[in-house]
Amino acid sequence: MTRYLVAFQAIVARELLRFTSQRGRFLSALVRPLVWLLIFAAGFRAALGISIIPPYLTYITYEVYILPGLCAMILLFNGMQSSLSLVYDREMGSMRLLLTAPLPRWWLLLSKLCAGVFVGVLQVYAFLLLAALFGVDLPPAGYLLILPALIIAGFMLGALGLLISSLVQQLENFATVMNFVIFPVFFLSSALYPLWRMRESSEFLYYVCAVNPFTYAVELIRFSAYSAFSSMSLLIVVITGILFFGFSVIAYTPARAGQRGRGPSQT
Amino acid sequence: MTALEVENVGFRYGARTALSAVSFRLEEGQFCALLGPNGAGKSTLFSILARLNDIQAGRVTIADCDLAAQPLKALAQVGIVFQQPTLDLDMTVQRNMMYFAALHGLHGARARRKIEQALSLLGMAERSTEKVRTLNGGHRRRMEIARALIHEPKLLLLDEPTVGLDAETRRAITDHVHNLAASGLSVLWATHLVDEVDDGDRVIVLHEGHVRADATAADLAGNRSLVDAYLELTGAAETSL
Repeated sequence: MTRYLVAFQAIVARELLRFTSQRGRFLSALVRPLVWLLIFAAGFRAALGISIIPPYLTYITYEVYILPGLCAMILLFNGMQSSLSLVYDREMGSMRLLLTAPLPRWWLLLSKLCAGVFVGVLQVYAFLLLAALFGVDLPPAGYLLILPALIIAGFMLGALGLLISSLVQQLENFATVMNFVIFPVFFLSSALYPLWRMRESSEFLYYVCAVNPFTYAVELIRFSAYSAFSSMSLLIVVITGILFFGFSVIAYTPARAGQRGRGPSQT
Repeated sequence: MTALEVENVGFRYGARTALSAVSFRLEEGQFCALLGPNGAGKSTLFSILARLNDIQAGRVTIADCDLAAQPLKALAQVGIVFQQPTLDLDMTVQRNMMYFAALHGLHGARARRKIEQALSLLGMAERSTEKVRTLNGGHRRRMEIARALIHEPKLLLLDEPTVGLDAETRRAITDHVHNLAASGLSVLWATHLVDEVDDGDRVIVLHEGHVRADATAADLAGNRSLVDAYLELTGAAETSL
């Protein structure tokens, strides 16, 4: 077991070191949600009235409403960023070093995933600190209570990134994937508007939002932040996360390379 | 002990056959050059030996461990240097080595001791605190070879490790690896550069996925040069000398 933990620790430490050395990545991870919070929310505050909906017990400002959604957005972007770095690692060859280690592939991928979740959660807390400085905050207990929700949601979104990285064969294709994954996933969810609002505009889009696992990641974080618990959100996020991770492990098994007709250098 | 046994290994990428009934055996302390032109199947064979691709047909045994049945035990006995560099350029040599050591379950003082030994063996000990980005191509390669030795493998696989290096550096690296074989390590060295093979080396010529010859370089050459013998076996127009 020690061997497993030693490798786990090294993979997490390497990812953290990489992240801290990429100041641009950290900065954009913070600026992106802040732009939404301070500019987008200011503009839409008047247009989008929020009624009292669970878990909120009173009327809230639009900024307060979108705060959990922006936390989930950070995790989503972080998952995609980790996925991008996996594709880059594969093209640059360093993925081979990881995959030829004498440890089960699922463990190596899980370690990589956990490393990404760790980095993502750090970013969320940095963002929440800045948001609090701008006067948008959570109940004090919420900062602690969202931690398990962030980890679980981060796992699901990181696993989605892992799955995408196993399917995308070249770095150049990644921008397309980002556009086709991040934007629909984010906009077709309850991150920016409650689902009842969406239902007023389009019944069809409402159902799309209702089957989007990202919606449940947002709601899991939102409910936890207000000391409430959404068992359905937890269930959906956990099951989806396990499925994404399971498929990623299958997609990363050695046998797949030959079946897909890839050359040896692209493994 | 047999360091490596490849029995009737076949591999296809979709409809394209990359390897067909490849068989050979490598004994302890043997240096073997796997010679073949580009596209001969060398990298595919290495991908199988490194378990990046699963065996589709045949059997591979590494240090008496069946690669399909006991992949982790078998991989623990292998040191690999890939054709493409696998280094983190912004980390120091030591950090790169520590990362690799950890992937093999080594940490703390034990890992540092083994790293120091491996770097010294390749004459790289004094460079451990330097960032990889500042090293030249030859030193980076030597570092990768040292890294592949940290966990004391029984078998060292090198896939065209001298690509892109100048003649002097290539010579130095081949000499280093020959010395490793002389000290008991089994080495499989894939190359398409005939001048990297010494007369006494064992040579396996791979062409279009088939083993075309398996003999010492001197026996293979006979009264011709090794280059001529190789060209005759492969009909390769793209051979680099």
